[in-house]
This record gives sequence, structure tokens and C-alpha cells, in this order.
Amino acid sequence: MAIGLPHYLTVAAILFTLGTLGIFLNRKNVIVILMSVELILLAVNINLVAFSIFLGNIVGQVFALFVLTVAAAEAAIGLAILVVFYRNRGSIAVEDINTMKG
Amino acid sequence: MSLAALFFYLFAGVAVASAFMVISSRNPVHSVLFLILTFVNASGLFILIGAEYIAMLLIVVYVGAVAVLFLFVVMMLDVDFVELRQGFLQYLPVGVLVGMVFLAELVLVVGSWTFGAGVTGAVTSAAPEVSNAVAIGRVLYTDYVYFFQAAGFILLVAMIGAIVLTLRHKENVKRQSIPVQNARTKAMAIDVVKVPSGKGL
Repeated sequence: MAIGLPHYLTVAAILFTLGTLGIFLNRKNVIVILMSVELILLAVNINLVAFSIFLGNIVGQVFALFVLTVAAAEAAIGLAILVVFYRNRGSIAVEDINTMKG
Repeated sequence: MSLAALFFYLFAGVAVASAFMVISSRNPVHSVLFLILTFVNASGLFILIGAEYIAMLLIVVYVGAVAVLFLFVVMMLDVDFVELRQGFLQYLPVGVLVGMVFLAELVLVVGSWTFGAGVTGAVTSAAPEVSNAVAIGRVLYTDYVYFFQAAGFILLVAMIGAIVLTLRHKENVKRQSIPVQNARTKAMAIDVVKVPSGKGL
């Protein structure tokens, strides 16, 4: 059976599910949560690129490029906030992040 | 099985397995390394269907920048990661339940969806006469040039934000003060001393 669009969509679905599962399982560790978010964005990118290729339309890859940009910015800002938080509180556990009593 | 199919299953299998190791490994450093492996395999998948530019970008941006950033942060923070894993098994049933429901829904959507006439069974290139990077550049720098500028602006804001957040001024560190330097005059800087001969200062 030739490799088609459903194969790529299935891989992306599995990666997306693993990303959400990672957020559930590592509820205390912000770093692993950020990595799970990266996995989810990777799954989205696989979907975009696969549809772009199998539809013969290059715009999907351009959009994947923008998703990549935003993901990089998000990782940089998130880790910077994490470093500042660790400096102030000496911990990165999610349940300690309650300064704003939200 | 053709060679392309073999490589697809290889890349996809390793990507999924290492994504699983990202969320389940005990040591966050191992998590980051498995994240790198996932991204490398995903870029292999992209190369297989002919999206070379996104594949190279994935390696340069993710493996070269983001994953190394994660690695730095994980290794520089002195955190007891064993303590952070408390409750892992407690969340496992509900997490697996939600994940299974999610995966079942997604597979049902992918499996039962009949693709429209526009979807070809094989890899189709939007512009067969040029390479992938050229095809992206033709669209990106013309139709999407404002979005491209906005993406650059997002990166600028992220860079400034990260610097502003993490820059701190320590006490007892001598720093350059440019206004003080510019305000120096000859009278402030030079002290003319008349030395009497034979006596020294």
C-alpha cells in the first residue's frame, strides 16, 4: 500500500495525543509541559505540510513556517519566564505558581 | 514494500516512540534529547514527501535553537525533578483515558473522511519546475510579505522580552555609565600636581 495522506494524518494524530497526554501526566513539571506543547505544534505542522503536499498547494508550508516562528518565540518567552520564576521562588512546580491567586 | 514506505514506517515509528519517551522519561535531560530525536525524525518524514525547506528549518530552528535552549534551562536550574514526578501514577489513568478518547476520535475522523477530488494519492509539487525552497520563496515574499514581516516582528518582540525578563543588575558590580563618561571634563579627570624638586610626592 502506497504511503498517502491518511498515513501522515495518523502519525500527526498520535503525536498530538502524546502531547496532550504529556500535559496530563507531568502536571507538576513546567519544562515537560512546554515540551509537550512543542510536540503538539509539531503534529500541527505535520498536518499542514502533508495537506500542502497532497493538495499541491504551497501555502500550507508557508503557514507551517509561521507556526514554527511562533513556536520558537513561545519557547523563548516561556523559558525566560520560567528562569525568572525560579530565581524568585526557588521552585518550578506548577502548584507553587499561585502568586496571583487565580 | 517499497523503499519509501519502509523509510516512512521507520521515521514515523521512531518519532512516535521518542515522543512517548519525551513525556515518560524520568530525567528531563533525557526528555529534551528524545524531543530532538522526534524532531529529526519528523524532518525525515518531511523530506520523504518533498518538503525539504520545512525539514531543514525544523532541524535548524528546533534542534539547533529551541532544543538547546531547553537543554540549557533544564541543566542550569537546580530543581529536584524526582519530587516533581510525584503524582505521575495518580494522573496516569485519567490521562490515558483522555488520550485514548482523543486518539480514537482523531483516527475515526482520519479513517472515515473521504478526501475531495483535490487530494491526490501521490505527492504533488505545486511548482514542479523549481525546487521547494524557490516555490516557498515565490509565495512568501509576494502574497504573504506582510505576514512575513509580522513573523519577524514577533521574533523581535520575543527576543526583547526574553532579554528584559532575565536581565538583572547585581549589587557590587562596577558598570559602565555612559552619561558620567560623557560629562567628564578636563578639570575632573586631570589633577596637576606641582612636585617640589628633591622631595617627591
